[in-house]
Amino acid sequence: MDYIIILIAAVFVNNIVLSQFLGICPFLGVSNKVSTSVGMSGAVLFVMTIATMATYMLHQYILVPAGLDYLRTITFILVIAALVQMVEIILKKVSPPLYQALGVFLPLITTNCAVLGVAILAIGLENSSLIMAVFYAISNSLGFALALIVFASIREQLELANIPEGMKGVPINLLVAGLLSLAFLGFTGLV
Amino acid sequence: MTKSMDQKQNLLKGIIKENPVFVMLLGMCPTLGVTSSAFNGLGMGVATMFVLIMSNIAVSLVKDFIPDKVRIPAFIIIIASFVTIVEMVLEAYVPFLYEQLGIFIPLIVVNCLILGRAEAFASKNNLFSSVVDATGMGLGFVLALTTLGGVREVLGSGSIFDIKFVAENANTFILFILPPGAFIALAYLSVLFNKITIKDM
Repeated sequence: MDYIIILIAAVFVNNIVLSQFLGICPFLGVSNKVSTSVGMSGAVLFVMTIATMATYMLHQYILVPAGLDYLRTITFILVIAALVQMVEIILKKVSPPLYQALGVFLPLITTNCAVLGVAILAIGLENSSLIMAVFYAISNSLGFALALIVFASIREQLELANIPEGMKGVPINLLVAGLLSLAFLGFTGLV
Repeated sequence: MTKSMDQKQNLLKGIIKENPVFVMLLGMCPTLGVTSSAFNGLGMGVATMFVLIMSNIAVSLVKDFIPDKVRIPAFIIIIASFVTIVEMVLEAYVPFLYEQLGIFIPLIVVNCLILGRAEAFASKNNLFSSVVDATGMGLGFVLALTTLGGVREVLGSGSIFDIKFVAENANTFILFILPPGAFIALAYLSVLFNKITIKDM
């Protein structure tokens, strides 16, 4: 039951992009085509899950027993940066087709604050366990994927619209994101 | 004389011409996430500015000793150290702000503005120019966040810096302190910013 609540909360109620404002850079940056947004979502799902698993274990089994909790920020970002590099190298060797699909997005992910954000939020979960932290990461990356793909679909339609000169580019995208966020606000109280 | 003019240019470019938020769209997560009031925006802005100035100083001092291949991880460690300092100081002395900013304090590490300035400016310039550049960019960031926070607070809570100017139970535009309001307010502020800076619009 806990898991269903986590899933619904992460995807709809507290959507990571539209209500928690994590991962706004890729949300605004790689959302001009649906196909690229699907690729980015896949890469985030992959990295976020592995990164949260690694940082959770690091926190639980090394930092807390050693009383080094204050090193959280430094160690987490290092682990994530190293992990992204490693995933890139392994994918290139093991699964070239997957590397073809996700490769270009991987370097961008190190500075995606959603990955570090979820890693930090996951260790603060109530009566958390490794499985729950990983499930939390998967739920949040699904929420990220949903927001990104819906937003990209709207932006594709927007190319055809007649937009006032001053609103072109960033402002209209932010406005669309605002309306999307308003729609997601309707899920408040679902869990 | 020309040198001091250059430095003045260097300082001012971060505030208007290359404003990190309105022009370069860097550091959008904290910009949208913490600006539900002017005070939060100011607090986040100052914390980021501190990390930006300190990491620019450190990077420009050690730039000659770091091998080119590992410079990005090295910059990240420098930035993360200063973020940890900010985190501890805020928790100890301004616990109220620490609670309000929450997850966005450790996330200063991944603010593209800071790594961007370290890579694009501090790793190529001397100490003094780097400090001036960081101060300009930091002020631009503080200004943008405080403005956005101010607009949202005025519309959403009917107050500015916690000083209320409407009746206690008056209806305010609550949408603006909720998440959608962040996107909408920033959209219209950037239209306004374009209107002011680009004359032929």
